[in-house]
Parts: sequence; C-alpha cells; structure tokens
Amino acid sequence: MSGPGRNRPGRDDAPDRLYTITQGRSRSDPDNPFDLVTLVVAESEPTAGMQSEHVAILKLAQSPTSVVEIAAELRLPVSITKVLLSDLLAAGRISARHPRRPAITDPDILEQVLVGLRNL
Amino acid sequence: MDYATSDMGVPPLERSRERGSTPLGATADQGFKIVVVGGFGVGKTTLVRSVSEIRPLNTEETMTQAGEAIDDIAQVRGKSATTVAFDFGRITLDARNVLYLFGAPGQERFWFLWDRLFTGTLGAVVLVDTRRIDDSWYAIDRLEHHGTPFIVACNDFGGPVRAGGDVREALDLDPHVPLVDCDARSRESGKQVLITLVQHVKNRYADPSARAGLPRQEFV
Ligand SMILES: Nc1nc2c(ncn2[C@@H]2O[C@H](COP(=O)(O)OP(=O)(O)O)[C@@H](O)[C@H]2O)c(=O)[nH]1
Ligand SMILES: [Mg+2]
Repeated sequence: MSGPGRNRPGRDDAPDRLYTITQGRSRSDPDNPFDLVTLVVAESEPTAGMQSEHVAILKLAQSPTSVVEIAAELRLPVSITKVLLSDLLAAGRISARHPRRPAITDPDILEQVLVGLRNL
Repeated sequence: MDYATSDMGVPPLERSRERGSTPLGATADQGFKIVVVGGFGVGKTTLVRSVSEIRPLNTEETMTQAGEAIDDIAQVRGKSATTVAFDFGRITLDARNVLYLFGAPGQERFWFLWDRLFTGTLGAVVLVDTRRIDDSWYAIDRLEHHGTPFIVACNDFGGPVRAGGDVREALDLDPHVPLVDCDARSRESGKQVLITLVQHVKNRYADPSARAGLPRQEFV
C-alpha cells in the first residue's frame, strides 16, 4: 500500500497544505471530543462548493466510520482530521458516536467482547 | 513550496473511491481499542493482519519535538513537527460493538502520544521476541505507569524455546500478568491472544478487591 511516489500529506514537509485544509484554524485538545474510535455518521449529502476533505468525509461516513479510518483514508494526521470533523459536527453535517468509557471496565460488556472474539 | 489549494496530489474524493474496507453496519455505536506494543519487527503488523477484517491501514499523529501532539496549525508550520506512524485493523464483534486493534512502536517518543491516542484503551498486548527480550522492558514499564491492563505474548520465530518462568523472570513480570506463546501469522493464535487479554481485563474488573488494589486508568 505505501510506496515511493505515494502522497503522504502531513508525513512529509507539507505544513502549508495542512494549513490550507484547516484554513489556518487551530483547535485546542480539550475542545475536541473525538476519539480514535469515535464512529462518525454523515447526516447530510455533500453540497456544491464544499471543501473537498469535507466531501470525502461525508461520503466515507455514509455508514458509521471511525475517526482513525477516516484519517487513514484521507491520508491526514489524526489531529488534522479531528479539526475537520469538529467543523462538520458544529455544522450539523455529521453525528458522532463516542466510545462510552465505562464500557472498558464493565464485566458484562467485556463479556460481549469475549463472545464476539470467540465467534470469529 | 507554496500550495495554492488543498488538492495537491490525489484529491480526497478520488482516494475515497479506493477505499478497501467493508463498511460497518448502521447500528455500530461502540468502538473499543486494543493496542499491540512491541519493538521493530516483532510481528505487530502481522498479528493485526491475521485477525483484522480489513487490510491493515496506516495512519499517523503529528507531534512537536517536545512530545506534544499537534492540533495547533501554527505548530505544524513550525519546524519542530515530527510524526509517529501506527497501523490498525478492525474486528466487528456484533451489531453494536467494534474492536480496533492498533500496532504501536514501543520506542520512547511514541509514549508521548499514548494519552492522546490510547486513553480509554481496553488493554494492551506486549508482543515479545524472546531473542530480544530487553526491547520489551520499556513498554511494560509505561503500561504499568498508565495503569493499562496488559498481557505478554511471545511471538514464535522458531528460536530456542524459553521456558515461561524464564521469560517471566527476565521481564520481571508480575505473577498476575498472563504470559502466552503465539504465532502472529495464525488467525487462530491471534484470536487466542485477544481472548486471553479480554478475559484478563474482565477478571480484573469483576473482582472488587483486585479492582481496589490496582491502578485506575485515567480518563481524560
Ligand atoms: N517465523 C515467524 N515470523 C514472523 C512471525 N510474525 C511475524 N513474522 C515475520 O517477521 C517480520 C516482521 O513482522 P512485522 O509484523 O512486520 O513486525 P512489526 O515491525 O512488529 O510490525 C515479517 O517478515 C513477518 O513475516 C511469527 O510468528 N513467526
Ligand atoms: Mg509494523
């Protein structure tokens, strides 16, 4: 999958491109609710004139899609992806299913995980 | 170089059509994280691939030299930015629950990003090559520090078999931490490693006395 010539924005020295993608805005972490495994669902169709990264996210997230998959598919760093997702969330164009933190210490839910793994 | 638009290279629209993975069902609403940690070449990507329902994908996080993850674009524009790459796979557990498995390098700089990326992780697998056991000390130390439950899996590279007690001693491993052998190339073996981890985590939280005595994961 990776190879010479493959464009990896963010990995290489292309900060100006990232700056353009997020229109120079920055977002401090406490404001950003997205986890790597938050499942994102598109709530609207892309519209004409929309930023291409926003269009790509709305198309990817027609079914629930994790933040980390979106970052990988867009080939953008996770933090930049989260900025884009914050915009879409604020505009009501996506909804976010954040992981419920207590689940990872809940024996009943951990049993559901075990059942799922045993059924693999 | 000065980019006039954000569409240099392959436009995201084009890229999204290349998407290789099957979409999740509409009812999926709970993501879990498990992290596989270990040194270079220990078999992390192999293990992720063995159990994943999608081809492993690769992504990255950006951070400053000082170790802070970057979400401030001004920092990306500065000269101090560096990135840490990691790969991941996915396992759909049932209609609601989906598990993501991350392969993460054990090097020191990676741990600066642990809180950012892996807060709320269900647990970790420390993957060990018994010929290079010292590589794992740092990862075990950090996991203990973060209070993340973990197991140790020895990947079988066909070297001389080391007795479990021997490995446990070499790693100075707590008696309660499970230690298993695995072959990262085998789906069944990878599955058993994950089951061992989740069972361990479940036991830990099912036992109220153990719960009280153990460090709690910090939730940010
Ligand atoms: N003999 C053997 N080789 C393995 C095993 N797991 C991985 N490998 C090989 O070891 C090499 C490094 O594995 P990789 O998964 O890329 O390691 P990573 O750097 O930890 O992601 C690859 O060539 C694998 O095919 C194993 O269980 N047994
Ligand atoms: Mg690898």
